[in-house]
Amino acid sequence: MSDKRLTLKKRLHILKHRFRGKKMAPAFNAFHTFLFAPDETTHSGSHIRAADDLKRTMNTVIMALVPILVFSMFNAGYQHFAAIDAANGVARELSLLDNFFTWENLWIGITQVLPLVIVSYGVGLIIEFIFAVIKGHEVEEGYLVTGMLVPLIVPVDTPLWMLAVAVAFGVVIGKEVFGGTGMNILNPALTIRAFLFFAYPTWMSGDKVWVHGAVERAGGPDAISGETILGYLAQNKGAEMSATYDIWDMFWGFIPGSVGETSTFLILLGGLFLIFSKIASWRIMVSAVVGSLVMGLIFNGVVDAGWITETSNFYGLMSFEFWKHLIVGGLAFGIVYMATDPVTGSQTNRGKWIYGFLIGFLSVMIRVFNPAYPEGVFLAILLMNVFAPTIDHYVIRGNVARRLKRLKNATIFPKDSDSKEEELKVETV
Amino acid sequence: MSKDIRIKKGLNINLVGAAEQTISKAVLSNVYALNLDDFHGITPKMLVKEKAEIKAGEALFYNKNREDMLFVSPVSGELIEIERGARRRILTLKILADKAQQNLKQEILDISSASSQELKTYLLRGGCWPFIKQRPYDIIADPDTVPKAIFVSGYTTAPLAADYDFILQGKEKELQAAITALGKMTPGKIHVSVGKSSHSSLAGLDGIELHRVSGPHPAGLVGTQINKVDPINKGEVVWTVTPQDLVIIGELLLTGIFNPERTAALAGSCVKAPKYYKTKIGAEISTFLYASGVNSDDFRLINGDVLTGTKTQPDGYLGFYNTTVTAIPEGDDYEFFGWNKPIFNKISATRALTFSWMQPNKKYDLTTNTNGEHRAFVVTGMYEKVFPLDIYPLQLLKACMVKDLDEMEQLGLYEVAPEDFSLTEFVCISKQPHQQIIREGLDLLHKEIG
Repeated sequence: MSDKRLTLKKRLHILKHRFRGKKMAPAFNAFHTFLFAPDETTHSGSHIRAADDLKRTMNTVIMALVPILVFSMFNAGYQHFAAIDAANGVARELSLLDNFFTWENLWIGITQVLPLVIVSYGVGLIIEFIFAVIKGHEVEEGYLVTGMLVPLIVPVDTPLWMLAVAVAFGVVIGKEVFGGTGMNILNPALTIRAFLFFAYPTWMSGDKVWVHGAVERAGGPDAISGETILGYLAQNKGAEMSATYDIWDMFWGFIPGSVGETSTFLILLGGLFLIFSKIASWRIMVSAVVGSLVMGLIFNGVVDAGWITETSNFYGLMSFEFWKHLIVGGLAFGIVYMATDPVTGSQTNRGKWIYGFLIGFLSVMIRVFNPAYPEGVFLAILLMNVFAPTIDHYVIRGNVARRLKRLKNATIFPKDSDSKEEELKVETV
Repeated sequence: MSKDIRIKKGLNINLVGAAEQTISKAVLSNVYALNLDDFHGITPKMLVKEKAEIKAGEALFYNKNREDMLFVSPVSGELIEIERGARRRILTLKILADKAQQNLKQEILDISSASSQELKTYLLRGGCWPFIKQRPYDIIADPDTVPKAIFVSGYTTAPLAADYDFILQGKEKELQAAITALGKMTPGKIHVSVGKSSHSSLAGLDGIELHRVSGPHPAGLVGTQINKVDPINKGEVVWTVTPQDLVIIGELLLTGIFNPERTAALAGSCVKAPKYYKTKIGAEISTFLYASGVNSDDFRLINGDVLTGTKTQPDGYLGFYNTTVTAIPEGDDYEFFGWNKPIFNKISATRALTFSWMQPNKKYDLTTNTNGEHRAFVVTGMYEKVFPLDIYPLQLLKACMVKDLDEMEQLGLYEVAPEDFSLTEFVCISKQPHQQIIREGLDLLHKEIG
């Protein structure tokens, strides 16, 4: 076994030298470094380096996403069959073993969710490789996470060609034109999501696309509903919603929605793992949760004060209890996996508090007031992506101001040579 | 008391192969050499020709911009080679040592009555001035400046570095002489730091402000202490001297002789018997390396500690400022799925399937492998965890990279030296060359403003 591995290692090493300086070198290196951590040694500065690299960092985020992907594959099937039952008037009681973790459900996941993952990675990575070869830099790891996030934040029945177009747009315009991983202004996964939303608005919103099969059956005799919880609330159908789903459905994730956003429980676990492994910023997560709670409380207060009546368009969402905003829609997923993107988020610790808070705050606000589409997380995060450098600028100015204040008490002594010159001047005068 | 410095942010890098606290005498080196890269920013002008006979303490060259700043020979003998590089830049000066050493003796100065100017001239002539460095710019101090304070760090936190408490034993007299002389050159204080519960020879000196320091690396770096005690503002100058250099300065003042003797730690996992050696500046490293023995063919020899030292070879020479020589394994090997499997044998500042956080006191055998490829800055908030200075490290690095002078100045480049960024470089996920970036930034700022 070890002999075999040695030869593979040696063979790849020889190949690496053969590719060196060639056009295809980045493409080869991407595969090579995937198999083997490189043999590179330090050349300047510290002679030793810590164990982490960007691949490991990205891999940690992917590990935090895998349980969500698996769950979402089952949930895609479960929602499909539950909607059919509901349309036929069959009462359905959730049971994990009997009707959730079943082959039947998994099959829907394999045929509907897995292709999204494959298209997202396939298209995105091909573009990354092309750019790496053209520009002569290494294939960077940023897309490993983006490619996993994208299928989890789109509706389950998103046509694959739409996804492919959106991914191409997001990777090229959202990232590569700025210089690749680490240089982009907007979160690439959310750029892809926003492209889908604005390019195909009739497809991407409404009450059909969230459950597999709802679109193709629409209008027919076997039509099923694909309404999300936020969709119910936006139409002031809160009572109907709570008859169908209870809080625990929302928390565990047995609800319709974008592929991976439903299970607040698994997102919470993923978030805790990312905080524990020190990969994602707990400051952003905590402050975003606080921000959304504050906004939710304000809306609840407006309803309690009687400023808004049941006839208002916003009544359903505004009267929704403030903390429940966190367990429906994409808020939790956005906070844990999107807002914490270090490249597009605030980079200073103090800035992260402000940045996170505003994401939570604006997410709930947009969610309530958006007339076309009752969700606002991706818009709020993209908006804050744009403002993150401004937040950082003012945080850093604080540090600069402190330094300038200190400067007033600076003790600067004239150089010996200066004082000599001054003495000389005095003499000549 | 508030004079104590307590550092919370940082990271102790515990490595295998710490030097045992016994001192052996290294065999005499045949050839001694000065490596001119040690003197950053100095343009040398030779005073003696090749094949010339010189005494120990006699000047070899001077600073082109400052003719009275002399650089002297550590031993007496024949200048056998002036090694030159591209554009005839001088790289190293090699001296074949005499069997019987002859010292050039300076006239002894009465420290207590001498003026600041007299003392400066004495140190410049005696070859001890290059031991005094200044911030901003981390270069040899300009003798014309009046520093607002002088800092001496006697606390060792760098991995495997020589323990000052140990190597300064019995040097009180020299230390005191040097401190008294330096005290005349600044109207400010001389800040001296020692470990929290140390019995360092430094602690009992007169004319100093003593700080007891505790906390992880980089608590022992003088830049950290300056930032906590009396940060540098634009226009201000601070001098720094390392304790072992104070000893040489003190001896010159007391005896008139430039005695470049060093107690150097030979450490690292590739050394069979890591311990301390009595040797001299410029001595060939093989004179003591092989006395301790090495246990590997493929090792990297470092003049200095693993974070800030420079790469050398067994036939290289002990650096002008170094008291540590480290030998660690080269890491020029591939690791199968090195980026995703759990790691138990390397240090990490995260917990991303890396487990060094579970055993903070375990000693590691780290290699020179970069553990990943160079990338653009991606992750944020990492550096701040190991960077105790009141400075935004990522932003300052970026300002240096884009050569934005205003931003460099405002974000505090005057306060730092490359070594302050050695730990952020160690933890950097994007494997960026932090110390090089800062060095280039400082040089640019010096050229444009200083």
